[in-house]
Amino acid sequence: MQQATPLPATTLPKLPKAPTGIDGLDEITEGGLPLGRPTLVCGSAGCGKTLMAIEFLVRGIEHYGEPGVFMTFEETADELAANVASLGFDLKQLQTDKKLRVDHVHVDRSEIEEAGEYDLDGLFIRLGYAIDSIGAKRVVLDTIEALFSGFPNEAVLRSEIRRLFRWLKDKGVTTVITAERGEGTLTRQGLEEYVSDCVILLDNRVIDQITTRRLRIVKYRGSTHGTNEYPYLISEDGISVLPVTSLKLEHKVSNEIISSGVPGLDEMFMRKGWYRGSSILLTGTAGTAKTTLAASFAAETCRRGERCLYFAFEESPAQLMRNMLSVGIDLKPYVEQGLLYIEASRPTLNGLERHLVTLHKTIGEYRPQAVVIDPISNLVAVGSLSEVRSMLTRMIDFLKISGVTALFTALISGRHGQLELTEEGVSSLVDTWISVRDLEGVGERNRGLSILKARGMSHSNQVREFLVTEHGIQLLDVIIGPEGIITGAGRLTQRIQEEAQRVVKQHEADRRDRELERKRRVLEATIANLRTEFETVEEELRHISHEESTREAALRDGRSALATGLTSDYLTAQPNARP
Amino acid sequence: MMEAREEINSATEPLASETWELRLYVAGQTSKSIAALANLRRYCEQHVPGRYQLEVIDLMQHPQLAEGDQILAIPTVVRKVPEPIRKVIGDLSNEERVIVGLDLRPQSR
Repeated sequence: MQQATPLPATTLPKLPKAPTGIDGLDEITEGGLPLGRPTLVCGSAGCGKTLMAIEFLVRGIEHYGEPGVFMTFEETADELAANVASLGFDLKQLQTDKKLRVDHVHVDRSEIEEAGEYDLDGLFIRLGYAIDSIGAKRVVLDTIEALFSGFPNEAVLRSEIRRLFRWLKDKGVTTVITAERGEGTLTRQGLEEYVSDCVILLDNRVIDQITTRRLRIVKYRGSTHGTNEYPYLISEDGISVLPVTSLKLEHKVSNEIISSGVPGLDEMFMRKGWYRGSSILLTGTAGTAKTTLAASFAAETCRRGERCLYFAFEESPAQLMRNMLSVGIDLKPYVEQGLLYIEASRPTLNGLERHLVTLHKTIGEYRPQAVVIDPISNLVAVGSLSEVRSMLTRMIDFLKISGVTALFTALISGRHGQLELTEEGVSSLVDTWISVRDLEGVGERNRGLSILKARGMSHSNQVREFLVTEHGIQLLDVIIGPEGIITGAGRLTQRIQEEAQRVVKQHEADRRDRELERKRRVLEATIANLRTEFETVEEELRHISHEESTREAALRDGRSALATGLTSDYLTAQPNARP
Repeated sequence: MMEAREEINSATEPLASETWELRLYVAGQTSKSIAALANLRRYCEQHVPGRYQLEVIDLMQHPQLAEGDQILAIPTVVRKVPEPIRKVIGDLSNEERVIVGLDLRPQSR
């Protein structure tokens, strides 16, 4: 039945799209902006509307060979070129190459007097000329609402802008129109969003003094699209949208085991280490040597000749190296060899998204086999818990897809060990979770380490005490006292006590041995005595037996002599002899 | 025809500096364009006879000229001289506005 009506999978017509070439945007829009149709990019001041528009054009020229026209109503061509030069966009060169045309439309109300009916044919002609002169496929109008300030007759303007959109569609150019956001509406004039086939809303919000930029596709006629708010960034390479919320869980896995850099810790895992490409979370309260453990892992990675990227959110590279040298982890040669790269910054320096992008970028540049982020908990200072969680999800996802072994440290608060951040957000994402904590006893604190989970292998269930020595981290053997595992001074006391006990036991054993020896000797003496006695009796018995047998023999001899007649006097007397 | 340059200089110039250089931008022969040209010519003859230069530019034929004078609306008349540059848009049916906008008033009588 199914074979009778075979459905070709690819016959469904899809809306043709013009890829923007902007990082991530094409993924959200599932291919780009609607081809040959107008798209509105709206947002408040400083959102990067113009930048997005210009990147759309420049990427179109560079990657897709589509020339573009930039009609600016606000900035002059020179200003525009200067503003985007820092992003590596050479507008002047593109203009010289006839790939780009920048047309600055200057509208000044004070210069214009209205006297009678008019239309905006002049604008159409200008735009048409600009498009035709370079064969443009992409057009940007930035910002069309500037016209409203220049022309008093709004009714004419509105109908003319509608006509303009229609005209652009007929021309078949993919258009991006930018617009300032209005009160309660997407645009000030409330017009552009209705005539555009696709609306992208940019949002710039400040939460706790940190700016976060978000992008949302409000509408997209004739196409599905990602509906979430996606963080985006304006980086030195242009706009970068981060759509990595879809955890596809399709990453490849490695069966290779790599060392943690601490031999004792490796021993705690059944397979003597953790999987390559897995993510490891290291949680602990303050001062539980999380960084030292992390640095051990980093050093081990480099020792194998692999590259490691270390994001330090608390210490500068120099400080980190000095501190680690004091515990016998010398990172300096690795840094000099270029195997270890320490990227140190305060978490509050950037928004979360920027951190994520920095991560993406540095990983892209250095192609490390391992990444250490120390600590992730500091990022909470930058965003709310849910934001951090989603960012970490993205980060871990990204690292897993890249096959990078990742070690995160996280500070947990207080003695109750509230794993607020980690417990809910990250622990389900990480493969291995190691907890380090203070084992506070009478008058002292010791460090204990345990494995909370290790996906894909069995592991020790013990809490192991460890020391930070001059030669790195050293895990101590487990000593189990009467009340569980014993650490620190208790461990020493226990050891002394055990030694004393051992000595006592030894004495006891020696004494027992001697006693036994004595007993043995006594018994042996008794045995000798008995044996002597036995020998006497035996000899007696043997003697009797011998005599007996001698007599028997004598009797037998006598009889046989009679029988043969050698002794006649005996034989005649034989009663039963026959003649 | 439309782009024809019409330079009407009267022989008697009371104030040599007081000439009006006007440029009318149109797009094809639309009713608005024709009306604008007719109106403009009429006002000039009426108020500054012989002291104006009128240039008509058809953007349909010279689209590249639209950028120079920042033309968006059609029709637009641009007063190049005297400075500052003034623009009046529309079919110029509102005489008062044209006169004020272009400052077409005979100087110091």
